[in-house]
Amino acid sequence: MSKASEKAKEPLFHIAKRPSMPMWKSWLIRIAAIAAALIVCAAIVVMLTDLNPIEVYVSMFNGAFGSKRKIWSLLQNIAILLCISLAVTPAFKMRFWNIGAEGQVLAGCLATAACMILIGDKLPSPVLILIMVIASIAAGALWSVIPAFFKANWNTNETLFTLMMNYVAIQLVSFFITIWENPKGSASIGIINMNSQAGWFPSLFGQKYLINIIIVAVLTVLMYIYLKYSKHGYEIAVVGESENTARYVGMNVKKVIIRTAALSGALCGVAGLLLVAGTDHTMSTETAGGQGFTAIMVSWLAKFNPLLMIFTSFLIVFLEKGASEIAMAFRLNESIADILTGIILFFIIGCEFFVNYQIIFNKKHKEGK
Amino acid sequence: MKKILAVLLAAVMVLALAACTKKPVDEEPSSGEDKSNTETAVPAVPADLKVGFIFLHDENSTYDKNFLDAAIAAQKALGLSDEQVMLKKNIPEGSECYEAAAELADAGCDLIFADSFGHEDYMIQAAKEYPDVQFCHATGTKAHTENLANYHNAFASIYEGRFLAGVAAGLKLNQMIENGDFTAEEAKMGYVGAFPYAEVKSGYTSFYLGAKSVCPSVTMEVKYTNSWFDEAKEKEAATALIQDDCKLISQHADSMGAPTACEAANVPNVSYNGSTVSACPNTFIVSSKINWQPYYEYIIKSVINGTEIDKDWCGNIATGSVELTSVNEAAAAPGTAEKLEKVKAQLKAGTLHVFDTSTFTVGGKTLDTYMADVDTDADYTGDTEVISDGYFHESEFRSAPYFDLLIDGITEA
Repeated sequence: MSKASEKAKEPLFHIAKRPSMPMWKSWLIRIAAIAAALIVCAAIVVMLTDLNPIEVYVSMFNGAFGSKRKIWSLLQNIAILLCISLAVTPAFKMRFWNIGAEGQVLAGCLATAACMILIGDKLPSPVLILIMVIASIAAGALWSVIPAFFKANWNTNETLFTLMMNYVAIQLVSFFITIWENPKGSASIGIINMNSQAGWFPSLFGQKYLINIIIVAVLTVLMYIYLKYSKHGYEIAVVGESENTARYVGMNVKKVIIRTAALSGALCGVAGLLLVAGTDHTMSTETAGGQGFTAIMVSWLAKFNPLLMIFTSFLIVFLEKGASEIAMAFRLNESIADILTGIILFFIIGCEFFVNYQIIFNKKHKEGK
Repeated sequence: MKKILAVLLAAVMVLALAACTKKPVDEEPSSGEDKSNTETAVPAVPADLKVGFIFLHDENSTYDKNFLDAAIAAQKALGLSDEQVMLKKNIPEGSECYEAAAELADAGCDLIFADSFGHEDYMIQAAKEYPDVQFCHATGTKAHTENLANYHNAFASIYEGRFLAGVAAGLKLNQMIENGDFTAEEAKMGYVGAFPYAEVKSGYTSFYLGAKSVCPSVTMEVKYTNSWFDEAKEKEAATALIQDDCKLISQHADSMGAPTACEAANVPNVSYNGSTVSACPNTFIVSSKINWQPYYEYIIKSVINGTEIDKDWCGNIATGSVELTSVNEAAAAPGTAEKLEKVKAQLKAGTLHVFDTSTFTVGGKTLDTYMADVDTDADYTGDTEVISDGYFHESEFRSAPYFDLLIDGITEA
């Protein structure tokens, strides 16, 4: 009787943290996860649609790389997502749970659009763009400094605060849309400065997205250096690990929190600038399109390493592009594409568990005590 | 007359049968190369013809489903293969629309169509970049002022369909008044509108005038959701209207929110974009809709024949673009279908005008002049006199509606 209950207490396996794992082994696990995801997806495709899964994957690939235009558009989308991911990274590394990137991007969009609409025809282009850069950075930074200020001084919950700031930004944007409406009654502001193109980023070498891509590439390298080699980067890491330690070694925690949040918001403002002046030339409540949240996943998947984020943001954008291509090529509802994206992400995120932990099967203790 | 009609109908049926039997033959090769030997009533479709469609949402929105169904119907009617008709769904009203249009043009489309108002600027942008491709846009307003040879707007005189739907609503109110459910003075309808655009105002005004033409004491309350597609908000607005003593609800928004709210409260509903009878068997009366198939066939044929597409095309009852679904006898007042046929004939013949100025007043006065904002420019000022011969000439100076007055008897919340 007592033996039986003792046995029941002992599970079949237990989970333990892995001490460490060689690089090649962890990548082998990740590659295996992707392969497994593709196999599961293929099975689901065959089960639900009777399509050839290889053809489906080929068309996914086509959606991302099918033509020169698609490749540029892929790079541009990666640039925006990467920019927002870079933005959230310092805050997350400091364990400041900034889920307000969406609102901070919108604040940047709003500031940019305001400059283009209100002073677009009054100033020469370089001056105008300079003002737009300053305004968007200031707006984004303001949008995250407000919650950071409250967090630093009164330890308010930054998760809720930044989340709520999203809604304020969305409402502000829709308020200004009704003011700047064009044409009247359309509930949209149309393309800003369609004829004069005032405040639009110029094309470089005939490529209108190239400037966005270059800006984000530079930011990525700068962010990598900032986090890894600068004193600020070190302070962020220490505050993230333990505020008390930081205080003990004499860091001004308040200052670090506010400064880092401001940086985070400022970069979101830059993303808003790139969106409005570089690609969309308009603004709606959907301009950020949920990327403020997707960026958190990108940043986390890359373990807050800006260089790895190039790959994780590529992965997300590739899946999105591929998904809508599948929907078009096979006349499916986009839901099937979403299902496939979901499965692939599940496996990729899930495999990190096996990289960090190991499962130890408990050897049966034979009666020998 | 009847005989001719019977012969015509028979001919149509034979053609339809022929089309149906041919379909599998058409689809099997699917490579699109051996198309030349299939004979159809329409001009021979070149094997390299490609048509692209851009939709704001997918089939979950009644608005986009209406466009999607018409696109597939036109594809079948003209014998195009799936490879020749590219459907891009869920394209937002931003630079994504330009990207989508440009991608379709890169993929070899000769004709590209977008279905949502906010797509217009991006379609124009793409049209300027691809002068050899024809761009068509539903519900837009800029083609007649933009003057691009390859950019075109289209709409339909849906106000005629709404008027007919309004007649069905008025008859239902009359029936309920006769039954003693409420008095003639209490006959109030509710209307869930998306945005305070001319398109919505023109729609609800014609609906109201239709009801008023048979039930003179009727009034109407309008609530906006400020979204084309928000199921929760539409449901909420319809429920609020019902609590406000509205006896019948209609809507101009794209989800099933309002119809299902009506079914739950057992309040009669006049729908839009297509029949909702399967979800609302007890309350659905009739629905008006724009059938885009005639326009699609027209633009595809124009591209095949190399003829010019109208800058600003407006379909109507006669072109088959404005339609009513069949009346749901379970909910409608008896005799509704017959009455609708009669009114429809009058509209077709031009003896009845929806916006007849003798049937409504604005601020207590009959209108004898109105400058409407027909040309889209920065000033938003009226630029065209639209009242003459005793009625408001809707959709004549451009296809998209421009009736934006609030007439007596209607209140906006």
